[in-house]
Parts: sequence; C-alpha cells; structure tokens
Amino acid sequence: MSELVVRVAGIGVYGPGLTGWPVAAAVLRGEREFDGADPPRPAPGLLPAAERRRAPDTVLYASQAATEACAMAQADPAQLPCIFSSTQGDIAITDYMCATLVQTPRELSPTKFHNSVHNAAAGYWSIATGCREPATALSAWTDSVGAGLLEAAIQVADSGAPVLFAAYDVAAPGPLHSAVPFDRAFALAFVLAPPDSAPGMRLALRRAADGAARDAVDADWARALRAQNASADGLALLQALAANAPRTLHIGAGPQLTLRAEFAP
Amino acid sequence: MTAYTATSAAGRGSTAFHASLRQRRGGLRSNDFGSDPLPCWIGRVDGLEDEPVPGEFATIDCRNNRLAWLGLQQDGFLAAAREAIARYGADRVAVVLGTSTASIGATEEAYCRVDETGSFIPSYRDFLLHSPHSLVAFVQGLLGATGPAFTVATACSSSAKVFAQAERLIRLGWADAAIVGGVDTLCGSVLYGFNALQLVSDEPCRPFDVARRGISIGEAAGFALLERVAARADAPQLLGWGESSDAHHMSSPHPQGLGARLAIAGALERAGLAASAVDYVNMHGTATPANDAVEAVVVAETFPETTRASSTKGWTGHTLGAAGIVEAVACLVALDRGFMPGTLNCTAPDPACGPQFAIDNVERAPQIALSSSFGFGGNNAVLVFGRGGRA
Repeated sequence: MSELVVRVAGIGVYGPGLTGWPVAAAVLRGEREFDGADPPRPAPGLLPAAERRRAPDTVLYASQAATEACAMAQADPAQLPCIFSSTQGDIAITDYMCATLVQTPRELSPTKFHNSVHNAAAGYWSIATGCREPATALSAWTDSVGAGLLEAAIQVADSGAPVLFAAYDVAAPGPLHSAVPFDRAFALAFVLAPPDSAPGMRLALRRAADGAARDAVDADWARALRAQNASADGLALLQALAANAPRTLHIGAGPQLTLRAEFAP
Repeated sequence: MTAYTATSAAGRGSTAFHASLRQRRGGLRSNDFGSDPLPCWIGRVDGLEDEPVPGEFATIDCRNNRLAWLGLQQDGFLAAAREAIARYGADRVAVVLGTSTASIGATEEAYCRVDETGSFIPSYRDFLLHSPHSLVAFVQGLLGATGPAFTVATACSSSAKVFAQAERLIRLGWADAAIVGGVDTLCGSVLYGFNALQLVSDEPCRPFDVARRGISIGEAAGFALLERVAARADAPQLLGWGESSDAHHMSSPHPQGLGARLAIAGALERAGLAASAVDYVNMHGTATPANDAVEAVVVAETFPETTRASSTKGWTGHTLGAAGIVEAVACLVALDRGFMPGTLNCTAPDPACGPQFAIDNVERAPQIALSSSFGFGGNNAVLVFGRGGRA
C-alpha cells in the first residue's frame, strides 16, 4: 500500500466554541476554555452577500471553514479542486422535503429541491469562487471525515497540485432526529498540498492494521460534540495540527478501514 | 472492466438492455408510482415490492437497496465480484458507488408514519437507513469487501465520477480492484422535486426533439468491476475520464456548455485521443429544453461528422444518480455487441444538433465510446471507453 504524503497548507473550522482556527487551536491545546454556546450564523467571506443571507446552514458552515482554510494557505479557491464530505448532507432540507411530501407534495419548493442535493455545498462554493475544477461530494456515513481525507490525499498524489477538503454536518431537525443523533453544526476544512518546502505540517497516510484503536480528543466537550455531529470526528486531526509536534493518529475511514496518520512539523 | 451490468426499465441485466436497445423497445410507462401520481411517464423496475434484501440487512431494507440487490444478481456480476475479492483479498477491493436518492424513499415512508411524539416508529429508527451511505454500506457488507469505500453524491454525475475515483485508487496502490456503479430509485422527492422545477414532461421524454418537454424520471442499478488492464486484456477498457464544474448555476447548465467542454477535453487528453477518434457519444440528453440545447451545440462543435451521438434516456428515463453507470453500460454494450444505439422518441431533431446526432441505431462496431453526465451544481463527468485488446 502506497503512502500518501501531503502538506496541510490551510486549516479552517467553525462550530460551537470553535469559531475559527486560532480559537480552536487554543482550545485544543488546552490554553482556552471551550465555550459550548451556539456560535453566530457563519458569514463566509467568499460567498456573495445575497448567498450569505439565503444559503442553507450546510453551505454556510462548509464555506466558512473553506474560506478560512484558503486564506491561510493563500490559495486561489478558483484553482482548487474540491472535495466536500458529509454524513447526511442538508438534513434540514431532507426534513422539509419529507414533511412537505406528506402534506402538500405539489407545493414543494423548487429551490429547496435543488438545494437538497448532497453536492449543494460544493455547487454553491464552485459558483461563488468561479471554480471550474472538479468538485466531489462524498459520504461514508460516520466515517465521512476520514474517507474524505483519503480521497483528498489521493487527488493531491494524482495531480501533484493542492486541493480543498471540507467536512460538515448540521443538526437533525424534526422526526429525523429520532434516527440521526445530530444536535450541533460543525465544519472543518483543509487545503492539502504536495509535500513541498512551504510552511505547514506534513501528514502521511497509510492503511492501519486491522483492529487499530481510533483516536479521539480526550476531553468531555470533544466527546460530546463528536456524539452530536459525526464531522467532529476531525477534532483529533485538528488537535494534532494545533500541537504542531510529531504525532501518530488513527482515524476511521470506513467500518473496517482505519487510516494511520503521521504528523510531522 | 472485467464485468458489468445494468438493470432499469429497459430490462434486468445487460443482455436484456441490449435487446431493448437493438429492438428499440423503450421501458417508460405512465406514472403509477405512489398514491397520487403526477401525470407523467416513468422508468420503473418491476418486482421490487416483492424482493426484499437478504435478512441480515433487514434494518436497511428499502427500495434502493432492493434494486441494488436485484442489479447485483444479473449478468453473473455477484460471482465476478466475489471472485475478485477471493483473488485479491477483501481489503484490496474498493466499493465506490454513486447515488442521488439513496434510501430517501425510506425516510419519506417514515414521515408518513411518525408517532404521537413526532418521532419515527421503531422500525424506522435505524440511523444508517436514513443516510446517503446506506447503498455502499449494503453492497460492501453483502460482498464482504473492506477496501476504501465511498458514496459519491454529485446528483446526476454521481455514478460517472466513481470511475475516476476508483481508477485513482487502483493506480495509486490503494486497491487492486473496485466495484463501481450506482443505484437510484423512484421516490416522492425526485418526482415532485423535478416537477416543482417544471422539468418533468407529461409525455415520454423526447431527447433532442425540437418539441421536447422535459425528463421522464427512471430508476436503475448498475455495476462494473474495474481491474488493471493486465487482469484481462481483452475486456473493454476505461481509457480516460474528465471532471469539471460549470461555476454557473445550481440547476441550469452553463449557456455555452463550458464545463461540459472542459470535462470532454480532460477525458480525451487523459485517454491520449483526439475527438476524431471517438466513434460513439452517449450524450447526457435528458430532454429538458436547456440541457439538450447546450449539449447539442457542444457535441456538434467538438466531434467530427463521422462520430455518432445519441441519448438512450428514451429507453430508461433519466435515472439521475444511476445515469452515469447505465450509460457507461450502454457504451460497453455498444463496444461488445458491435452497434451504436440511436435515440428513442425523437422525430424532429433540434436544429442545433449536428450531423453526429443519430435517431436510428447504427449497425457499425465502435472502437471508442464516450459518455457524458452532467449534474445539478454544475457537476460534470465524462468517461472514455475502448474495446479490449488495446495495449
């Protein structure tokens, strides 16, 4: 199995108590208290003002993290192929669609319908940034962060060029909440580049031995957030990046696929 | 591609699909799906109501996984996939499938039966049943493959993009074989959703006809087994893929088809072929006024007069997230059976169509076939296939 090596050129994060990478890094290093209140609605700089007002939360959270990651990497988002990964996609629109289909199916909103596609965030992002590069929208259920990271690293290795990777989920409203235990919105994003000499930690990915235990952030708030949003699986990655020290992590990418992620400054 | 199959309204398995194409026998019928059907035509697969998935997957039994199960059993695909897993090892076989509906039909059912507290009744409380990943989880579990596994959900380009992802996984050493494809099924969301966008025709869809009035929604399952060429040099080959974004609009194509052109150019470049080498183009050809107007011009300006281009959606309907794999299989059938399908239900072609556009089937064996898939969000994927025996 070939090793995939990338440089983490940019990092973005948005969620409860983690409103941007500087805040999140301080919390993850234990330098700052986690404030679990709901954060303000994101207003991602790379979306036009009209979209910031009317776009669904999935688009806003994913775009907020992506905007921050691109800025840190000093990357032109129009040039970056993007990979958006989400357990459930826009579950609030799923709730709207299913409820409307029960009551008044012929009055379904056309806009909500086209926003219901799993690649809505990728679509809005590519339209807003003028990006004509490939856009991929994935799910791997509760392993969507690890699976998306793998796909992003594969694309970097294939093209020898940077990519944008974003993972996000939002709270499950209505009856869906009885099946999907998501209570909070959370998004993270990385700009991943080939392992050249520019600043940013190196991340080497291999398949871990079967049965390898998966790492998680050892804090009550992190365990709670992970239970409320599968995309918070990425907190372990963010903590390793915040520490900026050599570290080996194991992260799930499927029911029987665990990645061994080796970080080096 | 050492094995492939497709099941749609045009038949169970690629032999039946081939017969329908050859005999120009479409599978569309007047909409009889649900209790209050919209006045339109659909491509429905018969028998799913009576064919549950194997019992161990009962918690994720739904129309989409039933169609996946039915599709896997055609053309000896299940045996071929299991043989590949035995040969390479379960951890060396990837599963990369596209879907747009996944199991949303089950979520719709759950909403019809919520209890007095506003929760799903217990039989609908399985988390995975309501996830877009339910299809891949089912297929992966059924086959016992443990390699990388992804659900690709980029609307109507989903099950075309899976070929690109799987090819990268194999080439970069993360798998030795990949099961690719996709499944989409009829459900209220897509029928009423496309109706709300005024994209559904009240008659059987008429791709590229000057009087076309929109899509007919269909359902389908399709799969292909991707291995390195050395595994079987005479099998049809994936020669190239191209992916792009329109960066234009969520539900309308770029007016000049810029993203489509980029994806076609990318696929040809990767295949090392000129457009003049392409014998057959299976167009996206949904029969919406906008898609077909743009695509007709793109094909007319990109390919020589000798290329033949058609849409097979008159046979199957628009199978959405499964369209990529169904039309990839149409290309593979064309390469293996030595003919090029034309277009069903088109009598007066849009004047934008070039000389490439074919209404009648062409009884000539193509060597190179190209398939285009364009999805909401301006998401484009193009695949190039060639006959086996090439280097």
